[in-house]
Amino acid sequence: MSELESGKSGGADEPVPFMQQILDNPFILLFLGVAAPSVLYTVWGVMEVISIPVAQ
Amino acid sequence: MAATHEYRVCPDTGFKIDLQADKLIKWNAVTAIVFLLIGGFFGLMVALTRWPTVHLLPADWFYLALTAHGVDILLVWIIFFEMALLYFASSVLLQSRLPMPKVGWFAYWLMLVGALLGNVVILQGESSVMFTSYVPMKADPLFYVALLLFAVGALIVCFLFFATLVVAKSEKTYEGSLPLVTFGAMVAAIIAVYTIASGAVILIPTLLWSLGLISHIDSLMYKVIWWGMGHSSQQINVSAHVAVWYAGAAVVFGAKPISEKVCRMAFLLYILFLQLASAHHLLVEPGLSAEYKIFNTSYAFYLAVFGSMVHGLTVPGSIELAQRRRGYTKGLFEWLRKAPWGNPAFVGIFLSIIIFGFVGGISGVVLGTEQLNLIMHNTIYVPGHFHGTVAGGTTLAFMALCYWLVPVLFRREIWAPKLAQWFPWLFGLGITGIALFQMGAGTLGVSRRHWDMTFADAPLSYDYPAAAHLLMAANGVSAVIASIAGAIFCLQMVLTLLIGKKREGAVPVASDAAEGLTGHGHGAGLAVPGTFVLALVFLTSFVLYYFVNWKYLSEIWLLS
Ligand code: HEM
Ligand SMILES: [Cu+2]
Repeated sequence: MSELESGKSGGADEPVPFMQQILDNPFILLFLGVAAPSVLYTVWGVMEVISIPVAQ
Repeated sequence: MAATHEYRVCPDTGFKIDLQADKLIKWNAVTAIVFLLIGGFFGLMVALTRWPTVHLLPADWFYLALTAHGVDILLVWIIFFEMALLYFASSVLLQSRLPMPKVGWFAYWLMLVGALLGNVVILQGESSVMFTSYVPMKADPLFYVALLLFAVGALIVCFLFFATLVVAKSEKTYEGSLPLVTFGAMVAAIIAVYTIASGAVILIPTLLWSLGLISHIDSLMYKVIWWGMGHSSQQINVSAHVAVWYAGAAVVFGAKPISEKVCRMAFLLYILFLQLASAHHLLVEPGLSAEYKIFNTSYAFYLAVFGSMVHGLTVPGSIELAQRRRGYTKGLFEWLRKAPWGNPAFVGIFLSIIIFGFVGGISGVVLGTEQLNLIMHNTIYVPGHFHGTVAGGTTLAFMALCYWLVPVLFRREIWAPKLAQWFPWLFGLGITGIALFQMGAGTLGVSRRHWDMTFADAPLSYDYPAAAHLLMAANGVSAVIASIAGAIFCLQMVLTLLIGKKREGAVPVASDAAEGLTGHGHGAGLAVPGTFVLALVFLTSFVLYYFVNWKYLSEIWLLS
């Protein structure tokens, strides 16, 4: 298994890549996971329902 | 609340387990299994009623049983089990104490009271509104109260999960990134927060309406917000069972993910896009624009489907890699032939991947395409599809994991291990039958949620082709097979707890299971030719089936 461990080979001083920083932060992910569907699905959907004209 | 925490060391895996977390995992999992038994029983009743020559229940009992089946099995069984998974993936896998265990127990009791209340109210017969409870059908107010109690309990457990992540990080019980299984569970918890919030937003006004405090709830508004919960909760299941797949590969083979980066990016696609697919339930609603429908169900959703295909590739890939490292390198498939086919945990997870991908996944993409949806909307094709995902995929994966988890947690041998070897095949066969026969009947136009397909006493009747009746009978036979398998599972789990032999030796766990569960895999490359061939078979079936349905649409929808 030792060759697998080599992923850590970059050493402690190698900066953590940007994407990994995001993926390592549960609260950024929580925000994204709630905000994206709230805007694109819920709010958009509710706006469409509200804008249906009422029958006279 | 820094109560003193006691631990035990698991002799099989070497994990240090917080005793409170240990207990919560056991209670949530066992409660889940009890409700699986109840919900499965109602499922059998429904299936026997839809078998035309048997036609077991009278109409009012049919809709009661259908409501109970949906609530007990889709909500109660699955979510209780997921609570156990959240505790396992946080406290156990991160080797951390569980903060605020009392809150965990409070949540457990809220959920249990909600589940019991829900069953009582449904059995009283005034709430046969099915688990979707579309307005203007009105249930007993306590029905909505029950769902809300259950949901609040589940939400509390999600927050406890995040709290455990914070505690583990600050007490440095793990290094670097979260283990992949924990990461997958976290994705499930994230989706759960949106899911439960949507549920509260719609069920609280509906409760007030059933009490007479609000005069009217718009039915389209209800559907939009309700499906924010109803669909997203299926995505909790997908994320959770993908985490279970990775866990299974780790405990059976000591496998590590082939590429952490790729797996996590696939999970990120879930976080961003999976929940948008809620709109596929609204594809035939007038009043919503085509832009809204197509953006949410096609453009965005395909990205999430792509995420699933990545997991479907990387789980077998990581198994192939682990097996090849053990020397099973002959040809394309020696690694698969030499897999432990007598181990129900492995077989169950393997079948779960196959059924989820080939049956549930492909039919889901077809149903989610706006034009194709017209052929199948509200037919029994829809239950056919989701028994492929949530029964063959999620439920089978969870059951399979139990064959590993229960002996490990309770330190007992599975009662009647020979029987256990039969279980995944039998359940897989039954559920695949249910899924395919329902899909077949749906393609012939048979409705879902319909008591009598012969329309015996209906003023306007309709004759389904004879093949449709035959398919519904075949569905009934498959239901009996799946129910026998489900009963074997529940019986085995209960008897293992009650009279299973106390265990001295180790369970069949890969010696490097703990390392596989918590360690990180890195850049081992894609030296997995067998998995690659399997993926090509999958893609070919996918494309063929997709275009066959377009052809079919062009034949029944004659526009020229
Ligand atoms: C013994 C195994 C099972 C059998 C025999 C069974 C059978 C059925 C049948 C016949 C229907 C009714 C279709 C209709 O008339 O519209 C149904 C609906 C349903 N089943 Fe199952 N099922 C089983 C397991 C499961 C599992 C494991 C799940 C989920 C975890 C599940 C979730 C559902 C849901 C959500 C519905 C829809 C209820 C509704 O339309 O309100 N089933 N099932
Ligand atoms: Cu859905």
